Amino acid sequence: MAGADGDDSLYPIAVLIDELRNEDVQLRLNSIKKLSTIALALGVERTRTELLPFLTDTIYDEDEVLLALAEQLGNFTMLVGGPEYVHCLLPPLESLATVEETVVRDKAVESLRKISHEHSPVDLEVHFEPLVKRLASGDWFTSRTSACGLFSVCYPRVSSTVKAEIRQHFRNLCSDDTPMVRRAAASKLGEFAKVLELEYVKSDIISLFTALASDEQDSVRLLAVEACVSIATLLPQEDLETLVMPTLRQAAEDKSWRVRYMVADKFSELQKAVGPEITKNDLVPAFQNLLKDCEAEVRAAAANKVKEFCENLPEDSRETIIMTHILPCVKELVSDTNQHVKSALASVIMGLSTILGKDNTIEHLLPLFLAQLKDECPEVRLNIISNLDCVNEVIGIRQLSQSLLPAIVELAEDAKWRVRLAIIEYMPLLAGQLGVEFFDEKLNSLCMAWLVDHVYAIREAATCNLTKLVEKFGAEWAQNTIVPKVLGMANDPNYLHRMTTLFCINALSEACGQEITTKHMLPVVLKMSNDQVANVRFNVAKSLQKIGPVLDSNCLQAEVKPVLEKLAADQDIDVKYFAQEAVSVLALA
Amino acid sequence: METPTKLPPSSPSSPTTGFSVPSAEKVDGFPRRSMRRARQRRSHSSSQFRYQSSQVELTPLPLIKDAPVAELHDLFCKKLQQCCVLFDFLDCVADLKGKEIKRAALNELVESVATSRGVLIEPLYPEAIKMISVNIFRTLPPSENPDFDPEEDEPTLEASWPHLQLVYEFFLRFLESPDFQPSMAKRYVDQKFVLQLLELFDSEDPREREYLKTILHRVYGKLLGLRAYIRKQINNIFLRFIYETEHFNGVAELLEILGSIINGFALPLKSEHKQFLVRVLIPLHTAKSLSIFHAQLAYCVVQFMEKDATVTEYIIRGLLKYWPKTCTQKEVMFLGEIEEILDVIEPSQFIRVQEPLFKQIAACISSPHFQVAERALYFWNNEYILSLIEENCQVILPLVFGTLYRVSKEHWNQTIVSLIYNVLKTFMEMNSKLFDDLTASYKVEKQKELKRERERAELWRGLEEQQERRLQSLGEASRNQKNLQEREKNSKNEPENSAANTT
Repeated sequence: MAGADGDDSLYPIAVLIDELRNEDVQLRLNSIKKLSTIALALGVERTRTELLPFLTDTIYDEDEVLLALAEQLGNFTMLVGGPEYVHCLLPPLESLATVEETVVRDKAVESLRKISHEHSPVDLEVHFEPLVKRLASGDWFTSRTSACGLFSVCYPRVSSTVKAEIRQHFRNLCSDDTPMVRRAAASKLGEFAKVLELEYVKSDIISLFTALASDEQDSVRLLAVEACVSIATLLPQEDLETLVMPTLRQAAEDKSWRVRYMVADKFSELQKAVGPEITKNDLVPAFQNLLKDCEAEVRAAAANKVKEFCENLPEDSRETIIMTHILPCVKELVSDTNQHVKSALASVIMGLSTILGKDNTIEHLLPLFLAQLKDECPEVRLNIISNLDCVNEVIGIRQLSQSLLPAIVELAEDAKWRVRLAIIEYMPLLAGQLGVEFFDEKLNSLCMAWLVDHVYAIREAATCNLTKLVEKFGAEWAQNTIVPKVLGMANDPNYLHRMTTLFCINALSEACGQEITTKHMLPVVLKMSNDQVANVRFNVAKSLQKIGPVLDSNCLQAEVKPVLEKLAADQDIDVKYFAQEAVSVLALA
Repeated sequence: METPTKLPPSSPSSPTTGFSVPSAEKVDGFPRRSMRRARQRRSHSSSQFRYQSSQVELTPLPLIKDAPVAELHDLFCKKLQQCCVLFDFLDCVADLKGKEIKRAALNELVESVATSRGVLIEPLYPEAIKMISVNIFRTLPPSENPDFDPEEDEPTLEASWPHLQLVYEFFLRFLESPDFQPSMAKRYVDQKFVLQLLELFDSEDPREREYLKTILHRVYGKLLGLRAYIRKQINNIFLRFIYETEHFNGVAELLEILGSIINGFALPLKSEHKQFLVRVLIPLHTAKSLSIFHAQLAYCVVQFMEKDATVTEYIIRGLLKYWPKTCTQKEVMFLGEIEEILDVIEPSQFIRVQEPLFKQIAACISSPHFQVAERALYFWNNEYILSLIEENCQVILPLVFGTLYRVSKEHWNQTIVSLIYNVLKTFMEMNSKLFDDLTASYKVEKQKELKRERERAELWRGLEEQQERRLQSLGEASRNQKNLQEREKNSKNEPENSAANTT
């Protein structure tokens, strides 16, 4: 082929463009995804003079193709000849930043942000900044929303006159007529504030922030809450009270629950940003209100933050604030009417014990833990159990064991298999903390019952759980307590249970070691090779393959090999297959 | 700091959501739709209640019909003020007396504004609008079910409906009253008012949306100064729905209003209206929940076409652009809409779109989903469409022939196969010469296609080989360059290093 010399003219642009124009969308998409290959074939100069103009002109395609294109162009700098020529990529990306579809636009903006760093300061002013201005004053809202994401990347590297223009454009977009643009501007307000000089943060950003935070649409107002975190971080402490706090107080009491939800959701960030003094005076009462909000969504979001909020309180007054202000609200939430609120609280409440110490935990928190352990909603109980380790460190788990057991038993028998699955996952942890005696007495039977659950996922998890228990309690314990029960199931009339025996052996053999495996498990497996159900037989083959490495070679030759050979001649095709596989893996042929 | 009054933590009416699972559930743990629905069937009150500072005790006022004429307006006013008090409906036994007084007062107001003349005098306008605003404008509560499916799930009903309904009824009668004076109302029913009214269309309660629809329609009809603003805000709601949230309960109702608005557009269409069609109505077809408002949407689209045939091409090309790729249910809806459009298309417009359109129709015919194929093939049962096809047989037949020929041999569904035979027969009768030519050249075309396929594979293979070589040489070049730079740097650094060592 003539291509050997890598001649540029080998592939006329027309042929390549035909590929990009193919009628079949899928083929077009494939071609666009390999745009770099095409560009490479054309060389940098023809990519700049022929390919890019073509791409700029024909941006009327399926959104999926446009998305791929927008992504590709972000990595095109080398293919057009390096940073010197990177501005050639701006025209197609500018068009892509104005299309209707959000994902395409966002990707175009992402690529523009990426290549903005590859522009020299001069190119940034000559090529990039005018593009931002054009987008910012575009007719349709799409281009103006895209512009919002580009201010912060060019602002730091342009002259002060251009900076003033950029600030003006941003101001305009913050008071844009369409709420879509105001939302875009509000969501970029924090990012933009970070690159501005402090004097402009105070003069420009604060007024924009105040205006957006009192917008007529709650979807705009709630975005201002996010910006509040960044802005508060940038300002010196003494200015926060006058510049930020009035707006924040207003947001925490907004008439729309969405805004209050946002405040609750960002509470830890806000707390860090405004510092300890304001936290004590303002955020504590605000947090109390959010915990008592009339909408469950808001209460749940606030409940999620209880631990983090308490943790970050100033040390000198932490305990007093928690005991007098936060704990009363928490107590009420324990008996909330909404299960999401209770379950959010249950996922963090245990963390309070480390903050409050042993005595307070026993006196004040323990009753709450116990109440939540008895909650009607399984998620609440589960969340408490999954965080037991926090309490264990402070007061020891024994304090809870009386209430813990009924809760565990009930979850273990819950009608929802996902709940059962979740509690199984905590078994090794619980076993470790409660000790082997307690376990044998109370929990062992549960673990065995899961092995015959009617949902496969539970049986599988139960098998895995046994392995972890053996790792914790040792092989001897395994031999005495669980191996006999597991092997007993080999005679069960239900073939699913017989298979569970095999799965358990697969999982346990390594942890139990050679002796137990050879003496106790292997005979059972070999015997099961005569099972009348083919599924059991091929699982015997799989099991032998799995436990083979644990056995010694004499035993393999004398006992395993004949059985596998017999199975390899089975009439069932799957049994044959797995037997043959085991023979070859164990090198018994 | 005083905390606002709030709902008591547990009111008797709020059911405790127990987890008693019916025994049928125990088979597997997946929540059944039926169960979820049962739990959802509870009503919801909005957040507004919390903002009432303190509960006022209502005392019954004299009846309006008994009032002497001189005191009538004063009494009417007092009743309006009385109706500004809000009640907690989640707690169904709270303040029953107060609720009853307000209900009776609202009934009287409705009755009075609907039947007696001369009641609506200027001073009553601000009071009436205030009463309406206080009652209906509220932040809608969070949805009980975050993935609420309007087709499957029961909507959450507004708890305060017994009062709210009467307020809406009053508002409607107020707007429809022969005494209603737009010039007076426009001072109070302003842009801010309309914006809040539009936001209520997101209510999950269909009864509320129904009232809102009629009311907004009246407002649009009577307050001319608000028309452009209303259209713009509806645009914004739709755009937000399409590109941001994909969630808004009142799309169908708003489209219904727009349907009749479009009907009244003046000709030639303003560019604002065309933009609305192309940039809002057409993209609305991409919504996941299209089935809920498709009928209303298709009506609007057809209205546009009937107004001005020149928009046909925009519409068809737009639909083709957003043609569903994976959702066959939506594909059937699109085909339905295309048929509605073709029913009223002008032949001259048809010619402009026939090529891309019939390529898509051919693609639908070869869909393995028989409902899609069937819906597309039904076009040939439509006489008007058939006449258009016949007129343009020379163009259309070559576009669909290959598909029909292939699908007739391989479709799994017998109904489709027989429908295709009928279509082929129709074509044969239309133009037997062309039909025979296409049959004869079918194999050759297939061969050509395969050849193109091979050429393409060859081209890409070559390109990729070349890329590999280039990347290799580029890699080498950059390595060389790096080495060079490193060597330079080392030679520069050495004296410095040695200098540093000496200090």
